[in-house]
Amino acid sequence: MSADVTSARSSQGFSWDSLLRRGLKPMAHVLCLAPLLWLIYRGFNSSLGANPVEFVIRYLGDWALRFLLIALAVTPVRLITGWLIVARLRRTLGLYAFAYVVIHIMSYVGLDHFFDWATIWADIVKRTYITVGMAALLMLLPLAITSTDGMIKRLGGARWRRLHMLVYPAGIAGVIHYFLMIKAGYKEPLIYALILTALFGVRLFKRLA
Amino acid sequence: MLIRHKKASDVASHEITPKDVYVNRRRFMQASGLIAGSIALGALPSAAAVLPAKGQKFADVKKGYSKLGDTDSLSPPEAIYSYNNYYEFGSSKEDPAKNAGPFKPLPWTIKVDGLCNKPGTISFEDFIKPHALEERVYRMRCVEAWSMVIPWNGISLGEVIKRFEPQGSAKYVRFETVVRPEEMVGQRDRHNLPWPYIEGLRLDEAANPLAILAIGIYGDPLLNQNGAPIRLVTPWKYGFKGVKSIVRMSFVEEQPKNTWQVMNPGEYGFYSNVNPEVDHPRWSQASERRIGGSGGGLRGLIAPRQETLMFNGYAEEVAQLYAGMDLKKFY
Repeated sequence: MSADVTSARSSQGFSWDSLLRRGLKPMAHVLCLAPLLWLIYRGFNSSLGANPVEFVIRYLGDWALRFLLIALAVTPVRLITGWLIVARLRRTLGLYAFAYVVIHIMSYVGLDHFFDWATIWADIVKRTYITVGMAALLMLLPLAITSTDGMIKRLGGARWRRLHMLVYPAGIAGVIHYFLMIKAGYKEPLIYALILTALFGVRLFKRLA
Repeated sequence: MLIRHKKASDVASHEITPKDVYVNRRRFMQASGLIAGSIALGALPSAAAVLPAKGQKFADVKKGYSKLGDTDSLSPPEAIYSYNNYYEFGSSKEDPAKNAGPFKPLPWTIKVDGLCNKPGTISFEDFIKPHALEERVYRMRCVEAWSMVIPWNGISLGEVIKRFEPQGSAKYVRFETVVRPEEMVGQRDRHNLPWPYIEGLRLDEAANPLAILAIGIYGDPLLNQNGAPIRLVTPWKYGFKGVKSIVRMSFVEEQPKNTWQVMNPGEYGFYSNVNPEVDHPRWSQASERRIGGSGGGLRGLIAPRQETLMFNGYAEEVAQLYAGMDLKKFY
């Protein structure tokens, strides 16, 4: 490393702490976009498998649920480790979870059903797993809309926090949606359910303790 | 290729008699126009089904019955070999191709028992040998609303059944898949289906000339993920009726409880005929997605669904089996 770079850093007061502070968000963006970029790469590389529509919908659904659980993990991680800095990621992760939910549903609407709204509506009404999935979207929608600083101020911290409790039933609905979709071989949704239970457990334990 | 043929609606084969099978089959073949009228359809077919040497294709495959629609083209081998529902090897579509490697389909024996005059435990080679090996190009419609077009190599199930002389009291034929948890990873999973996998047909359904026991695809012996060495194919029914890696065939009086019906009686019945008017609770059955045309690329993302046909387009051949039945009730 050349001398002037070192001096430039030391003049700004370089420390691992500040690097983490400045690097955390960009790194989160890169990591959160990676699954989407990978999917696009696979599309151009003709490796979406025999049923590309199903592959895309399931892949995005998997990541929607994973990001929802990751967003839900922020507070438990902070409570356990005491790392206050992770709290800064909560909004970013939550919005990515929402974004993956939206493109998951858009791929179902646009790719699987070609915007055939009559069929889609019949699906929502008749197929329990789709009903539950759509319910999760409806619960997440107000959270995404009220995620700005302005909205937090306008609603007031207490009301905002109460509204954002909706993320819990949304997470539960997401896991149930997965359970109901599967015919047999429940190992994966079971893993998600266990993670969700553990995350709730940590919050409950810390609240009671 | 679109081959029209006459309706065989006047054949009522509630009881299996050799004549029924014979007449039905002969009409079928004449109508299909693929077999010259002079071929003898007596006890022994001209060609014997034998497995080829390793790495070789089947030597003697007769062109059998095929009826394809204007939009039907053969699914590419990569799709047929990589996108499978075979829960014994895992519950995702990609699992069977990944996990079926350790499975050993040979040597193989099939036990035939129950209400028949000639029960026995027969080697796979002896089981198939008396029968003609035919290519049958069929649409395959999965209950999950996707479909393929598969060139099977198989033997007539009706002919096979006739050989074992089912007794008059036998009303159904029941099939059982092998249980080998040491070779089948899905069978080691507690959250999977109950094993062995069971399927069944009414005897007159089994005698329908469309029903075959497949031992190959595209001229090659079946791959493990497709149900090696021998599996059922009934193209007018949802794919899960096609019980794979069959080790037992039993003639029974009572309707067998097929595995998916046991798992979820509200969603799966015994008959499981392809029917666009009777929805599965989780999938509309009105339309389907044809698999494998895109080679896994972006073009596959804009492929439209297509309408599902009654009995998967085989109504002329099989509708008479269900005359007078309420297919909403007997789904």
